[in-house]
Amino acid sequence: MTASAVVTGLGVAAPNGLGTQDFWAATRAGKSGIGRITRFDPARYPSQLAGEIPGFAAEELLPGRLLPQTDRMTRLALVAADWALADAGVRPADLPAFDMGVVTASASGGFEFGQGELQKLWSKGSQYVSAYQSFAWFYAVNSGQISIRNGMKGPSGVIVSDQAGGLDAVAQARRQIRKGTPLIVTGAVDASICPWGWVAQMAGGRLSTRSEPARAYLPFDDEASGHVPGEGGAILILEEASAARRRGAKIYGEIAGYGTTFDPRPGSGRPPGLRRAIELALRDARLEPSDVDVVFADAAALPDHDRVEAEAIGAVFGPRGVPVTAPKSMTGRLYSGGAPLDLSAALLAIEEGLIPPTVNVAPSPGYGLDLVVAQPRPARLRTAMVLARGHGGFNSAMAVRAL
Amino acid sequence: MTTKGTEVTVRAFTLEDLKRILVEVAGADEDMGPDAEILDLGFEQLGYESLALLETGGRIERDYAITLADDALHAEVTPRELIDAVNNLLSAPAV
Repeated sequence: MTASAVVTGLGVAAPNGLGTQDFWAATRAGKSGIGRITRFDPARYPSQLAGEIPGFAAEELLPGRLLPQTDRMTRLALVAADWALADAGVRPADLPAFDMGVVTASASGGFEFGQGELQKLWSKGSQYVSAYQSFAWFYAVNSGQISIRNGMKGPSGVIVSDQAGGLDAVAQARRQIRKGTPLIVTGAVDASICPWGWVAQMAGGRLSTRSEPARAYLPFDDEASGHVPGEGGAILILEEASAARRRGAKIYGEIAGYGTTFDPRPGSGRPPGLRRAIELALRDARLEPSDVDVVFADAAALPDHDRVEAEAIGAVFGPRGVPVTAPKSMTGRLYSGGAPLDLSAALLAIEEGLIPPTVNVAPSPGYGLDLVVAQPRPARLRTAMVLARGHGGFNSAMAVRAL
Repeated sequence: MTTKGTEVTVRAFTLEDLKRILVEVAGADEDMGPDAEILDLGFEQLGYESLALLETGGRIERDYAITLADDALHAEVTPRELIDAVNNLLSAPAV
């Protein structure tokens, strides 16, 4: 019998809510965090909207020593990890260092920090570049800084597979728990709303260029025209179930199943891999499609991507066979942070018995989806499926289940 | 600095200068403690890891137009030793 991995703590930093309570209060009510960019002047860029996190005061939440060496994404991740540990009732100092590990995902690393150092390099010279650039930009830095701050010396790492990475990291955390580490800090936070990060995202050609926040990011809508990027994500505390029960921890739910695939080469004639990822996750969780009460969609908001996702959901669950939602319509796509935020929303939805809505979207009838739009939908929820796709062909699916 | 054969030592680099640079490059937590106590503790004991020291050394070299010796700044060096090393360089006759 393999060990069961359960979520005992959540730490959320989202554009529509800083902290789990604020995030859920906004999400269940359909309150969006998407607006015109304020962190730099976007006037000269074709895409000018983002999901920014307002009011994050790192200097009040973290030691001064950490500020010169951290990008915004790392500061958000460190604070989210603090909140998640507090939510789980875990004091890392009380636990053996090798019983705790950190596995996060990252899509882009610390772009804003890197931009600042590159500007110094070009305008002043190499002797002005911070030594901290050596790691502050790096994909693995959130895992490293969380492990150092909390004295966690167990298995650690980083997964880089764009948006799918947010699920892949939690799956890797579950593997480490099954291999015997009692507690893994997992999830992801990305944040690259700075000019350099912005042009890198624009180069991908998948950003919406609409200027009205309520009309810019419309997954599964006939007017879908790309996505709005956001910043943030969620950090989750994953524990071995019996250990969590022994210490009387609150258990949000179990990571019940996971599947991941890679799309075939374009032009191969073989089908996309998302459907098989969902089927693998169901089999891993020993679930039938009818056991799944809600699907949190990847929601790319590009017509061909939306079609692939709608067809995969329809093929597995039947036409309009399961409620589908995309609360990321309120935050924008958070890259590696998106799926951990969806896992958090799924666990909170199960707890309350309420499916949060997809905002602003008029579902295209052609997709055959039972998309929960405009209003939250009360429902008895026990099992949720979260989908996440990464650019270039990554497909991941994860099932979470109430215990 | 040498003037007409008379050596004039210019104590140009002080503990205050070092503390200011440390705060700028490595950040500040609580008060570091009384000057008398921190002068003779190793930088590692004071909580500065290798990159903070690299950054500190680079800033001193830049601001004071000197080149520190490779062993002038590491975990066991104390603020007093670093301050002396910097001042020796500043007072050395220009080559």
